[in-house]
Amino acid sequence: MASLGNSAISTPAAQALYRRRRRSNGILLTLSFAATIFGLLWLALILIALFYQGFSGLSLSIFTEMTPPPGEAGGLLNAIIGSLIMTIAGVAIGTPIGILAGTYMAEYGRHNQLTNVVRFINDILLAAPSIVIGLFVYEVVVAPMGHFSAIAGSLALAILVIPVVVRTTEDMLNLVPNTLREASAALGLPRAVMIRQVAYRAALSGIVTGVLLAIARVSGETAPLLFTALNNQFWSVDPNAPMSSLPVTIFQFALSPYPEWQKLAWSGALLITIAVLALNIIARTFLSPRTSK
Amino acid sequence: MMQSAVAPNALPEKISIKNLKFFYGDSLALKSINLPLYEKKVTAFIGPSGCGKSTLLRVLNRMYDLYPRQRAEGEVLFDGGNILNPGQDLNLLRARIGMVFQKPTPFPMSIYDNIAFGIRLYENISRAEMDARVEAALTRAALWNEVKDKLSSSGLSLSGGQQQRLCIARSIAVRPEVVLFDEPCSALDPISTAKIEELIDELTADYTIAIVTHNMQQAARVSDYTAFMYLGELIEFDETSKIFTAPSDKRTQDYITGRFG
Repeated sequence: MASLGNSAISTPAAQALYRRRRRSNGILLTLSFAATIFGLLWLALILIALFYQGFSGLSLSIFTEMTPPPGEAGGLLNAIIGSLIMTIAGVAIGTPIGILAGTYMAEYGRHNQLTNVVRFINDILLAAPSIVIGLFVYEVVVAPMGHFSAIAGSLALAILVIPVVVRTTEDMLNLVPNTLREASAALGLPRAVMIRQVAYRAALSGIVTGVLLAIARVSGETAPLLFTALNNQFWSVDPNAPMSSLPVTIFQFALSPYPEWQKLAWSGALLITIAVLALNIIARTFLSPRTSK
Repeated sequence: MMQSAVAPNALPEKISIKNLKFFYGDSLALKSINLPLYEKKVTAFIGPSGCGKSTLLRVLNRMYDLYPRQRAEGEVLFDGGNILNPGQDLNLLRARIGMVFQKPTPFPMSIYDNIAFGIRLYENISRAEMDARVEAALTRAALWNEVKDKLSSSGLSLSGGQQQRLCIARSIAVRPEVVLFDEPCSALDPISTAKIEELIDELTADYTIAIVTHNMQQAARVSDYTAFMYLGELIEFDETSKIFTAPSDKRTQDYITGRFG
């Protein structure tokens, strides 16, 4: 700014304009900074509350004992295992379907009308409230079977996984440059080989990230499980029976008047938060470019 | 390099393009092209941007088939068979007619696998044979000495010029009969360009080559025959020495002397 000489910017009008721009820049910067702080503040408060309330209850018995009747000490073992089983089953069902659908859309049907229709429906599914998914599975699986079950819970979670995985798979494959597809074709590679060996490899980190984010999303879902797997106070790994899960247990225990249950609910909430946080961090490290080295 | 002693008509035609028309949707991009590609010769396609030279090249391995609403009419005879036939097996065709692109396109895998990948697809050979094939291809592409100690590192870790030579090695590893070059040097520095040009010259011992280039000096340096195209038409085709010294069409002369393009 010191010596601008005779350039156009040295005129008084130009300098006034420049000062005004600097001022508005400063105001906007302050506002966005304040908005960021405001957003992060709540996240921090939630984490602090969780740690404050949940950490003290975090003992070995959480991982070794079953959910107790009111007034007794206990743990969350059946809920943790139930959550693990249903999340893994849901992801195991939803991921292949999602990846295959995303692959179709990006690789085979890129110029199809069908792809546009599928993408539109998928976006609706992505935005659908999870309680609607729960009700749907209740009608389609729980009602005909006549009872709640872990199978129904897993299916509800799978339906939540599918649109996330479809979307990320399609997006990530669309990011694979066409030159790579042409280069594969030019070698005489059949398209299926190109997809498996070249496109998937190029998009791998993105697709894995999508799956991890899907896991993070469904592992905290309560509503779809309320209508499907319900809950189970006892140890059960029977897929055909109601199964406990962390979110539903938290829901039930947090609403109860019993202090022991409330404490367990806090601990459970802390566990889920840590797990989701860990998944997100893993997803981020996967997405960071590894080819640049 | 020039083979002016041999009359063009006496040479065997590896590929004969006859009355080729090409459409992007409804718009006509190539208007009745007739052109031979002589066996084990380098043919350069030159012309201003949008003249259809890359389009023509992409017909020769039917690369356009990857995209909707693109079609070709006419005949492209490759060893006597018309490759535009709907029944043509595209993967076999492309295994016999390789292509090197404008931008280097190494696959996201190791240098070794970049070469071995294409070979594995059509041949079931032992590890030792594969090692030999990979080394031969990399040697042929003048890359072996630079990469022999890091065959397992990613193909993406190489420099642009090395990547392009890796792509050439990858193409010739599957032993094609024809190699198409689509402006192979336009993203490279002069030293890498010189290496690639040298390579193309050496490859003519075994392969029939077509090269699209914007660089007229390059066409003059590497090719035996040159086709000058303009607005989707083949204006002139002849021995490179003739095109660059005594073109018969005024448009050719204007282009090579830099009056347009």
